[in-house]
Amino acid sequence: MNDDRIQRVTMPKWGLSMTSGKITEWIVDEGATVAIGDDLAEIDTDKIAGVLESTWAGVLRRVVAPAGADVPVGATIALVAPAEVSDADLDALVEQAREQLASGVVPEVSGPVPGTVTVAGRTISYTTLGDGGVDGGETVVLVHGYGGDKNSWLFVQEPLAGGGVRTVHAVDLPGHGESDKDVGDGSLEFLADVVLGFLDAVGVPRAHLVGHSLGGAVVTAAAARAPQRVASLTLVAPAGFSPEVNAAYLRGFAGASTRRALRPLLGALFADESQVTRQLVDDLLKYKRLDGVQKALDTLLDTLLSGDAPAIDAAPLLAAAGVPSVIVWGRRDAVLPLPDSLPGSSVHVVDGAGHMVHMESPHAVVAAVTEVTGG
Amino acid sequence: MARTISYREAINEALALEMERDPSVIVMGEDNAGGEGSPGEMDAWGGVLGVTKGLYHRFPGRVLDTPISESAFIGAAIGAATRGLRPVAELMFIDFMGVCFDQIYNQAAKFRYMFGGKAVTPVVIRTMYGAGLRAAAQHSQALYPIFTHIPGLKVVVPSSPYEAKGLLIQSIRDDDPVIFCEHKAMYDTTGDVPAESYTIPFGEANVARDGGDVTIVAIGRMVSVALDAASQLSTSGIECEVIDPRTTSPLDADTILESVESTGRLVVVDESTPRCSLARDIAGLVAQEAFGALRAPIQQVTAPHTPVPFADSLEDLYIPDAQRVVNAVKTATEWQRS
Repeated sequence: MNDDRIQRVTMPKWGLSMTSGKITEWIVDEGATVAIGDDLAEIDTDKIAGVLESTWAGVLRRVVAPAGADVPVGATIALVAPAEVSDADLDALVEQAREQLASGVVPEVSGPVPGTVTVAGRTISYTTLGDGGVDGGETVVLVHGYGGDKNSWLFVQEPLAGGGVRTVHAVDLPGHGESDKDVGDGSLEFLADVVLGFLDAVGVPRAHLVGHSLGGAVVTAAAARAPQRVASLTLVAPAGFSPEVNAAYLRGFAGASTRRALRPLLGALFADESQVTRQLVDDLLKYKRLDGVQKALDTLLDTLLSGDAPAIDAAPLLAAAGVPSVIVWGRRDAVLPLPDSLPGSSVHVVDGAGHMVHMESPHAVVAAVTEVTGG
Repeated sequence: MARTISYREAINEALALEMERDPSVIVMGEDNAGGEGSPGEMDAWGGVLGVTKGLYHRFPGRVLDTPISESAFIGAAIGAATRGLRPVAELMFIDFMGVCFDQIYNQAAKFRYMFGGKAVTPVVIRTMYGAGLRAAAQHSQALYPIFTHIPGLKVVVPSSPYEAKGLLIQSIRDDDPVIFCEHKAMYDTTGDVPAESYTIPFGEANVARDGGDVTIVAIGRMVSVALDAASQLSTSGIECEVIDPRTTSPLDADTILESVESTGRLVVVDESTPRCSLARDIAGLVAQEAFGALRAPIQQVTAPHTPVPFADSLEDLYIPDAQRVVNAVKTATEWQRS
């Protein structure tokens, strides 16, 4: 019964603590044709609500777990197969999957594995998913933006690591997440050296770097400093390429210490403001309350802003690096507005996304990385 | 990184981190280092319920075991605070505060005001409150409203391990006297707490659950009772917004009023006795400031106006529980002007 034309859609693992998810709605009906990246279902966890995108192309032949079901991570929730696969073969698999759900015994899914390394005298926290990169060529490193952390990649890290073709590390820059909060002089060069130092610390000679916002400028600077270490760059709404920046947002974010001050600002991050959940606000406040974070954010603000204008110009760095690159940008970005022209041959503009492209349209980011890594 | 630790461990960690960071922080109280120096008792008790355990050896000379004389050592802590130390005094049970009231409400609370802002009194008085441990009427009261009543004191009632650690660090760094009220039945409750230092600002309520039908304001241990009631009510289609003020002084009135303006209904859950309580205080605030938004009478779920009973069965009835909160919410949602 192992027909390799039948693909299982399973409950994803979005973050370390997720053990199960509730399907709140099936966006596509049984019988519909789906393409890679199509929205399949809305899923709610105790931490986050998200949309599960299809990683397969075919027909959604069977829904195993209906809307309303609470399903363990890794359990089969639907089957995608071409039209020619027989109903009997599918029904046998559905029965098997439902028995598994009823028994509650679902094979353990290994989520991102947390780790720490010491770089430039600082503890750097990261998570790793997948084990595809024995020669380092298929290692991907994800670098978040200003005020973000490694968990912002939760919708991207799993599909990138899927099928064991890549090792995907998501790091916390200094001053962020669970890394040390001392950002030194906060310069782009310092942050770029931390990323290169991270590669040394995990023993990776050469990696594909993916950066969002400030992280986009950081990975570009890293590639300019050590092009031989960087196989490719995927820049997601990167800093340093737009002539404008929403300085009021950045200053407001750095200064906000209460829910009442922070919440209204965060709408600027997304095309769809309903993404600003209570959990997101609470998590950011918890981060901002940590000792040292205020100083880190204030220091980095000087790296990002010169008056109300962007202080970073990353285009010369990208040219100097001379590595394959792809740029992804949300058309409705209200933090770093989409510039009229961008360097490089490959630019993807995502219509329905704001600044947080990797959260709103994770598939667009996965596709860009896949394109540039040639996987 | 965040780990799951207990309320007791969270408080211990906050003390250790602040003592590490700031040499002016000292800890004092009865049995803080109890048994130390006597044969066979090498590790201190760490206070009556073990909260300060391990600090005596880590911070030599900075964990002081005091005589059983609250008026003396609370006075000493307040005096030390005015002279540049940041003492954290543990006054075992909030019920015993009466014997050192002059030091607290007529001295510590007044210094900043009476010296024209030139004096600061950065003292923290940690104390246990609350019923549920079969400790009888003199060791079980929820007396935080008494301190809330006094201008010049800040009053903190943490509802979880995360809140306890961040609020205690904030309390130690604050330049005013803080009464830090720990519920004695919560020490073994656990939750996610970052290993690093962090502070939670005073006067900022936590919205512990979102909901559009009824606002529940709950204090300290009652937050978990309210959340339990809210999840039961959710299954019957009633969505409650649960607000934890975190500090009763200063009080985040804005968050409470904004919530009631959207729900139109208020239930206050307070473990203290009802007269002049937080329940009455918050009900009065909302009645005055958000009268036009109210669609039903404000409901108050409190202890009865009696001493805490010692009989198990009576003590269990005394403490507000989730069922009483559910009933109060239903009274509010079903209420109609006749």
